[in-house]
Amino acid sequence: MTDQPATSGSRPRIGLFVTCLADLFRPSVAFAAVKLLEDAGCDIEVPPGQTCCGQPAYNSGDDASAKRLARAVIDAFEGFDHVVAPSGSCAGMIRVHYPKLLGGDAAYARRAEQLAAKTHELTSFLTDVMGVGAIAGRLERAAAYHDSCAGLRELGVRAQPRQLLGGIEGLELRELAEPDACCGFGGTFSVKYPDISGAIADEKAEQITQTGAPLVLGGDLGCLMNIAGRLKRRGSRVEVRHVAEVLAGDLDTPPIGEGD
Amino acid sequence: MHADTRHFRQAAGKALIDGQLQKALGNVKRGFIAKRAKARDALPEFDRLRDEARDIKIHTLAHLDLYLSRFEDKVKAAGGQVHWAETEAEAREAVLEICRAAGAKTVTKGKSMITEEIGLNAFLEQSELKVVETDLGEYLVQIRGETPSHIIAPAVHLNKEQIEHDFRERHKDLPPERQLSDPVQLVAEARQVLRQAFISADVGITGANFLIAETGQTVIVTNEGNGDLTQTLPKVHIVMASIEKAVPTLEDASTLIRVLARSATGQEISTYTTFSAGPRREGDPDGPQEFHVVLLDNGRSSVLGGPFQDMLRCIRCGACLNHCPIYQHVGGHAYGSVYPGPMGSVLTPLLQGVQEAAHLPYACTLCGRCEAVCPERIALPDMLRRWRARDFAAKPPLAGAKPALKLWAALAACPRAYQLVTGAAIRLLALLGGRKGRIGRLPLMGAWTKHRDLPAPQGQSFLAQWKAGRRK
Amino acid sequence: MSGRENILARIRAHAAAGEDEPARAARVEAHLGAHARGTVPARGQQDKAGRIALLRQILEGQSASVRELDALGAVPAEIADYLRRHNLAPRLGMGDDAALAGLDWGGANLELRHGRANAELESACSMAFAAVAESGTLVLTSGPDNPTSLNFMPDNHIIVLRADQVMGSYEDGWDALRAAFADGPPRTVNYVSGPSRTGDIEQTILLGAHGPRRLHVIIVK
Repeated sequence: MTDQPATSGSRPRIGLFVTCLADLFRPSVAFAAVKLLEDAGCDIEVPPGQTCCGQPAYNSGDDASAKRLARAVIDAFEGFDHVVAPSGSCAGMIRVHYPKLLGGDAAYARRAEQLAAKTHELTSFLTDVMGVGAIAGRLERAAAYHDSCAGLRELGVRAQPRQLLGGIEGLELRELAEPDACCGFGGTFSVKYPDISGAIADEKAEQITQTGAPLVLGGDLGCLMNIAGRLKRRGSRVEVRHVAEVLAGDLDTPPIGEGD
Repeated sequence: MHADTRHFRQAAGKALIDGQLQKALGNVKRGFIAKRAKARDALPEFDRLRDEARDIKIHTLAHLDLYLSRFEDKVKAAGGQVHWAETEAEAREAVLEICRAAGAKTVTKGKSMITEEIGLNAFLEQSELKVVETDLGEYLVQIRGETPSHIIAPAVHLNKEQIEHDFRERHKDLPPERQLSDPVQLVAEARQVLRQAFISADVGITGANFLIAETGQTVIVTNEGNGDLTQTLPKVHIVMASIEKAVPTLEDASTLIRVLARSATGQEISTYTTFSAGPRREGDPDGPQEFHVVLLDNGRSSVLGGPFQDMLRCIRCGACLNHCPIYQHVGGHAYGSVYPGPMGSVLTPLLQGVQEAAHLPYACTLCGRCEAVCPERIALPDMLRRWRARDFAAKPPLAGAKPALKLWAALAACPRAYQLVTGAAIRLLALLGGRKGRIGRLPLMGAWTKHRDLPAPQGQSFLAQWKAGRRK
Repeated sequence: MSGRENILARIRAHAAAGEDEPARAARVEAHLGAHARGTVPARGQQDKAGRIALLRQILEGQSASVRELDALGAVPAEIADYLRRHNLAPRLGMGDDAALAGLDWGGANLELRHGRANAELESACSMAFAAVAESGTLVLTSGPDNPTSLNFMPDNHIIVLRADQVMGSYEDGWDALRAAFADGPPRTVNYVSGPSRTGDIEQTILLGAHGPRRLHVIIVK
């Protein structure tokens, strides 16, 4: 099964995979995603029983738990035309890793493949499937962009968010010295080896600072919370936001790691 | 050599605050990464060559017994000898026996990670042989009593001031007032000192980047020319190679050579690539009188056909080390293994056993940059996950992060409980975050908040708000 | 069983369990016999002038010097001039290469020393078997004509190359070698792509690590 571009007259039914971090830490990202998808002509549904894609378990070697959660995600989401997540790493988990994880599961192997084929990271779904060019808006700011590793290397998400941001008048995107370098988050790595993780995050914070931009954007909350956490610890005033919020015109919500 | 990988955490911690080391590691980025990118961009066929390099190795590994047999036949036909070593100990003994038979007193060495793997230098020295490393980087770590910290740049952890100090300590017979502050002077001194070693050596030991089945040639690549002096001047040349170095034909080797240096140092090709077949021939005015190849297995044959087989495609370019955020920050010694970085974290548990190397597969953010630059397209992150899965399965239920992970998974499998528990947790965290919107210190989350604040949740989960009818 | 048999048996058991042995052997023979080429970079696939220009450009980029001459007979004078320019003694080591032996070295006031290199030899001259344009590589073969030690011991290495031996790719070079050495390759084939260098001190490239500090290439039309 492959993606079908949106056809006039029939609005695609989207299952929004909220992701646990957006659900628990930053609902504004999910609301922004809903707005962007609706504006692009989609009908959104949010399966209420969703929790976690299983990535922490999978990356920690707990394959049994990862499989259990993957099967639950398949059960909840396989009925939609597309599944969209505001995260490259969660979308990558479903798209790239579920088929490997469940390859030996007679009941789920094929279903995992089918779900994988129609699961997308938000910005790439908007551009590559819905054909959105750029999203109109206005923001007189310079912004650095952090390409999260899973989105970048598992899903090839790089041009898509930049293309969408191209419609925001006044926004000047500045590239990091090493745009394809990890921020040091790595899920459980960040707590298993906090010193190494902190040093890598510090280098990322340094490169963000070097751009001189007062704002840094990205597509993955895990990385963004890590980056914001390190920037704030350094006393930086650089604001950190999910790209969906800026695209949806939500700048009222305080940036990540900042209060009212 | 059995290195200690259990103290990775402590060693990494030390490395992070070692100013000298951090300065030296900065050179990895400025050097290797930019140069590789430039070389890749200069060759439009590069990615296609990577696919072909992968396919050549897959084909070779599937027929490795046959290609090794052919290689052996051809070496013998050229007048050389092949020694098969199942274990480190057998390989060491084979080398020692050749040295003894030749009445050798001094041995020069070209760069060879296999000899590091089997701890050859210490073994030969115990047997009263003088061993001199001739690759400049290897020489530097040898005189410091260290091991290489990078598979192609052994002394990448050193600065020129340290090297000047070591040379003054080591080369006592040279005038103490000599100038050594310029790297040019350091290189000149090493050349002068090592030239004597080349000329007086009885046996030269090199590694091999490839073993060509079609011709029985062994292949080394170097930039210094030390490997060539090592193998040309002494009367005996020993090639140490592991079995997965076999390649069918010169055409296959050509493809691999095209990706090797570009991935490693960003060169189009290393300065010297040398194809050697057998000993000195009739009429040859130079070259070794004996040519030996020691083929090392050391567990590799058992890796074939299993989940880690792809690791045997590795051509030791070092690109995965150069691009690894962990390696970039802690350097090679912290890993405590002969093979550091991503390839080392996959390979070391295979060679030393997973108990010895259990930490290594976790020393990784799974960022995938290693796989993205690997000339053999080895799925290193997948293999590191595979090690984690084995380790997880073997761990007792209450070990390390296992209970926390199990709890999270159990909760996530039960949406109602999940929503109840996480809902309460985020309300609490939001409260702790207060008006600042972040938390600086948090019990149970000390590892996170050691170097970072924790951005506070907004207060109520998205799912709860959605259920309550909020739509934007 | 010997170590050899054990290793080969384990490889067969793990890599090829249950496979048809004659079929495997046939695949290997076919592969070894085919000399099939992979992707050959387009950059080297040019006419002779283009190949020479590429070879020269890459070599010069690698800190070698290159001189093109119209005739082999001009080589001794060029080498004498080169040695003078670099303040080197007019003495030259070389093997018994027939093409070089036929030249008038005395007329250029060069003193020759034949045979392998020794520690005192400052400059040497070799005749290349071929060159590969795609990577700026000279291909040298061992033997009494051109002893291998000359390529690595002296500080200054001068390589003479006939323009019609400049190949586009490594594979073209191997085909030429197979044609010239029907009984298998010479003991040593050296690819030389510049003067010796090291990056082992702070990743800074410095020339003359162990091999020649200077490489001078003379291409004869």
